[in-house]
Amino acid sequence: MRVTEKTTGKTLAKPNAKTSEVWDLKLYVAGQSPRSLTAFANLKKLCEEHLKGKYRIEVVDLLKNPQLAKGDQILAVPTLVRKLPVPIRKIIGDLSNTERVLVGLDLRPGG
Amino acid sequence: MPKHSKEKGPAVSGLKKCPTGIQGLDEITQGGLPMGRPTLVCGSAGCGKTLLAMEFLVRGAVQFNEPGVFIAFEENAEELSKNVASLGFDLDDLARKKKIVVDYVYVERSEIEETGEYDLEGLFIRLDHAIKSVGAKRVVLDTIESLFSGLSNQNILRAELRRLFRWLKEKGVTAIITGEKGEGTLTRHGLEEYVADCVIMLDHRVTEQISTRRLRVVKYRGSLHGTNEYPFIIDETGFSVLPITSVGLNHKATDERVPTGIPRLDAMLDGKGYYRGSSILVTGTAGTGKTSLALHLVNESCRRGERCLYLASEESAAQIIRNGKSIGIDLSPWVKKGLLHFHVARPTYSGLEMQLVTANKLIREFRPAIAVVDPITGLTNIGTDLEIKAMLLRLIDMLKNSYITTLCTSLTHGVHSLEQTEVAVTSLMDTWLLVRDLEYNGERTRGLYVLKSRGMAHSNQIREFLITDNGIDLTDVYVGQGMVLTGAARKVREMKEEAEASARREETERVKRELERKRLIMEAKINEIRSQYESAEEELLACLKELELKEKGLASDRGVIADMRKADASKDKKETGKKPDRRENR
Repeated sequence: MRVTEKTTGKTLAKPNAKTSEVWDLKLYVAGQSPRSLTAFANLKKLCEEHLKGKYRIEVVDLLKNPQLAKGDQILAVPTLVRKLPVPIRKIIGDLSNTERVLVGLDLRPGG
Repeated sequence: MPKHSKEKGPAVSGLKKCPTGIQGLDEITQGGLPMGRPTLVCGSAGCGKTLLAMEFLVRGAVQFNEPGVFIAFEENAEELSKNVASLGFDLDDLARKKKIVVDYVYVERSEIEETGEYDLEGLFIRLDHAIKSVGAKRVVLDTIESLFSGLSNQNILRAELRRLFRWLKEKGVTAIITGEKGEGTLTRHGLEEYVADCVIMLDHRVTEQISTRRLRVVKYRGSLHGTNEYPFIIDETGFSVLPITSVGLNHKATDERVPTGIPRLDAMLDGKGYYRGSSILVTGTAGTGKTSLALHLVNESCRRGERCLYLASEESAAQIIRNGKSIGIDLSPWVKKGLLHFHVARPTYSGLEMQLVTANKLIREFRPAIAVVDPITGLTNIGTDLEIKAMLLRLIDMLKNSYITTLCTSLTHGVHSLEQTEVAVTSLMDTWLLVRDLEYNGERTRGLYVLKSRGMAHSNQIREFLITDNGIDLTDVYVGQGMVLTGAARKVREMKEEAEASARREETERVKRELERKRLIMEAKINEIRSQYESAEEELLACLKELELKEKGLASDRGVIADMRKADASKDKKETGKKPDRRENR
């Protein structure tokens, strides 16, 4: 709960300057539900493991900024959007299935 | 925050309704959709679900000042506004005026990876945001079933949909949710489970290459509603549903009359013509002048300044006008003045119901006093007898309810009995004129009967029906000597009769003259005899006188003699005393 609150709209980790590949991730949540917190925790853990130093997470609370839902076509929450690298990818759910998240983010080939 | 209008409403005054503003739909649903509740509109692809929903929103925003939200799952805002522009809705303008919000929700399965638990709060938030941004009272979700193809977790989806509909109710918005028709179910994904208050089904059927759109209210909790299938059309002014079967038999009846335009026909109909608001059927074989009868009525009515609607399905307006001129009826000024409106369409152009809806629309917009359907038999190509009869029944009821005098022509084919129309509608008609061919002696003439005319004393005689340069003329037929003759035969017969009559007259004259002559002869003879008698009489009288004188003379002579002889000396003294005088006188 505290985490989301603090991280809303903030860059969590600075990407490494030398790698051109910056992972720009947006996590859309609705309030601080347990599911939102789980999703954020799962994402954080995963990024630390696989994308250390070259990712950026922005958490958007739709209850506070409902107009932002339209832009990324958000229906379900939580939704993780990979803005960069292109193409845009969307992963919905609490990100508890790590394998599927990795596939969804193209961090692991195949399904 | 959520309004509880639906909880307050029904407790006291029954279900509150939200008028759709869609022509006819509010009549069927007796006021509109259930206010503050979701309504499911289902149907197969291309049956008009989106348009119905959109019209609901647009009319709400324009007519009832109820802003709306359109959540589109299938088309984006530009596509949508282009599509409905053809119906005369300016969506962009309404969006600018903050009357309508269109939100396009895009769901693409290939772009979405599902990992674990989620809910659709995002959709709720977007919807809530849109509702708040314009203060929406109406919401459309079109087609929410797209979610089923975008998201794979059915359990979550169903739970969320249930929550969504409950949430919509709590919001107090009147919502339309559209759904694709499934196999044997109302919707492919069983949305009817969640939206149980009102279900409207749209249908688009093609029978014998002719398509008909139909609408049915499957269910309407807490309200009466029409249960039939109602045909509807979508045209440049949007939806138009025809609640025909709700038409009752409660039309007004009046004594007011409408002249037929043919004085002699008026005379046959109690001297005054048709009843206003009645239905008139003109049947006859081909080329018997049915249309001409109709044109007379139209011309006469337009002259009085009444509006006429002419529904033609066999001739174009120009052709009808030209043909009218050939019998001395010029309709073009009436068209120019806007008193006469032709609606010409081949019956095969659309289904029966479409024709009905079109007619209904025309009647509503044009408000005619007279309507002509020429011919009703044109419809037989496109439906079964039952359908056509039902359609005509509805049409006639509709016209009667609008207090419109209707003249229908019906073509009878030779194979049928003349007194039977192909579509058995005669029982619906108030006045039935039969124009029939009379073929006799190699000549075809026309005869007109009034087979029936409800509520008036009408002639039961056939009249010969002549189409002249100056219109229709009705003349008496030859009736006599056990036959009825028309046309040249009638003329010949009449001439023959005339000749016979004059011969008879001459004979009579001759006999009269003969009689006179005889009398004269007789009188002459009488005179002759009389004069003979008179001369004889004269002679004889003279003779008689003489004889009398002689007689007298003789007697006196005898007296003198007796005197002289003194036969009666004492007794006849006096007499004898005189006698000598007399004798002396002589």
